[in-house]
Amino acid sequence: MKSFLDEVKATPGGEHINACIQCGTCTGTCPMAGAMEYPPRKIISMIRAGMRDKVLASSSMWFCLSCYMCTTRCPRGVKPTEIAHALESLASQHGYRVGGTSTPALYRNFVASMRSNGRVHELGMMVRFYLSIIPELVRHPVATIKIMPLGLKLFSHRRLPLLPTRIKGREELARILGKFREVRGEA
Amino acid sequence: MKQYSYFPGCSAESTGLGYGLSVQAVAGPLELELLELEDWNCCGSTPYGSLDEEESLVVAARNLALAEKKGLDLVTPCSSCYVTLADANLYLIEHPRMLARVNEALAVAKLEYHGHIRVRHIVEVMVNDVTPEFIAARIKTKLNGLKVAPYYGCQLVRPRYGFDDAENPTSLDSLVTCLGAEVVSFPMKARCCGGSLSLSEEGKVLGLMERILRSATQSGAQCLVTPCPLCQTNLDAYQGQVNAAFKTSYKLPVLFITQLIGLALGLEAKTLGLDTNIVSPAGVLDYIYNPVSYMTNR
Repeated sequence: MKSFLDEVKATPGGEHINACIQCGTCTGTCPMAGAMEYPPRKIISMIRAGMRDKVLASSSMWFCLSCYMCTTRCPRGVKPTEIAHALESLASQHGYRVGGTSTPALYRNFVASMRSNGRVHELGMMVRFYLSIIPELVRHPVATIKIMPLGLKLFSHRRLPLLPTRIKGREELARILGKFREVRGEA
Repeated sequence: MKQYSYFPGCSAESTGLGYGLSVQAVAGPLELELLELEDWNCCGSTPYGSLDEEESLVVAARNLALAEKKGLDLVTPCSSCYVTLADANLYLIEHPRMLARVNEALAVAKLEYHGHIRVRHIVEVMVNDVTPEFIAARIKTKLNGLKVAPYYGCQLVRPRYGFDDAENPTSLDSLVTCLGAEVVSFPMKARCCGGSLSLSEEGKVLGLMERILRSATQSGAQCLVTPCPLCQTNLDAYQGQVNAAFKTSYKLPVLFITQLIGLALGLEAKTLGLDTNIVSPAGVLDYIYNPVSYMTNR
């Protein structure tokens, strides 16, 4: 069976993980390290130690902002940003549902909107996202109430059109993606 | 006229409407012919790659294949579209086996990609193809030394594609100064604003926005300009949330770089979508159009 390290190394951008020397530049650079249970340097060492469940069930990588500062500064060319994306992608595909962050729900709704329209309808995506995290919103009623004026400000400045833009090639795109899953399954 | 395939990105007609409008408005005067890529789909952005990394390559590749048929460079104003499309492009060129698999999928729509497209950001096109000298020669409205904080955000310059420094970039500075505006010292110019996590983790990223607004304000900037629709939405629309959370009173207009260029080219505020800006840019307009009364009324 493939080791967890091999699994990560096989992802786009995960190839260089073995070059890591655990210097911690990534963690020192990351603007979200404080929000992560396992900051970048630590999570890289956990991947190499084969701690698959602990890593994929954690919320840490979902706090990555894709600012690429760690990737820029890494003296070994490891690309921790791509590793975070790889971990998110592996966790999603293997059905890990993590607590402590709403970001997976946001991303799922973004992709759902994109798949159905061919483009993202931001208002629809936001509404579905907030509906999907109702239990979370109930726990933070004050924060929830504060979201409303923000949405209205965007709406009144023409920045949240009611209707989605749909592309002509929606079905074509679905067929392309279907075919890709088929091809990938064979490989 | 220089011709390009144009990829507006989903936000250009919604949260980034002011960007979409102002890019279109300045294109003519700057002799750029932006031919919208026909029936383009969403690039996939970070979310798609986070749910299924390999499949996100196919999502991007449909656009690359459409662009390749036209044979022109693919230009986008959105920093997220730029990174997503440029990254997928590079990966497919460097990984022929993945490209072959992607092409097998694209074939169901009679599409194919060979890796012949260059993905470019509109800022890079303005700096290298249009050039600041060309823009400077077309200025109709003097900006009177307006003090501007050029905010690059992340994905225009990172991960590096070599057109600007990843931590201390200067390309946007050259566009601002060529308009007759003044660039203020702005240490936070390429630090992250929180990206899309403003929606899912607002409490954890408002501080990132605050340090950017503080840096710009302390430097004496009258406005901030950015080439990223998400950065603009965060720093403009969330400025009220920042003020509430940190008991601050920032009132810093956040303009798209193309809105500022448009003003200097003598285009009307409405044409540039300045009515879509949430923090009112009235102070900036007043300073440009009535510098004397602006000075005396202060």
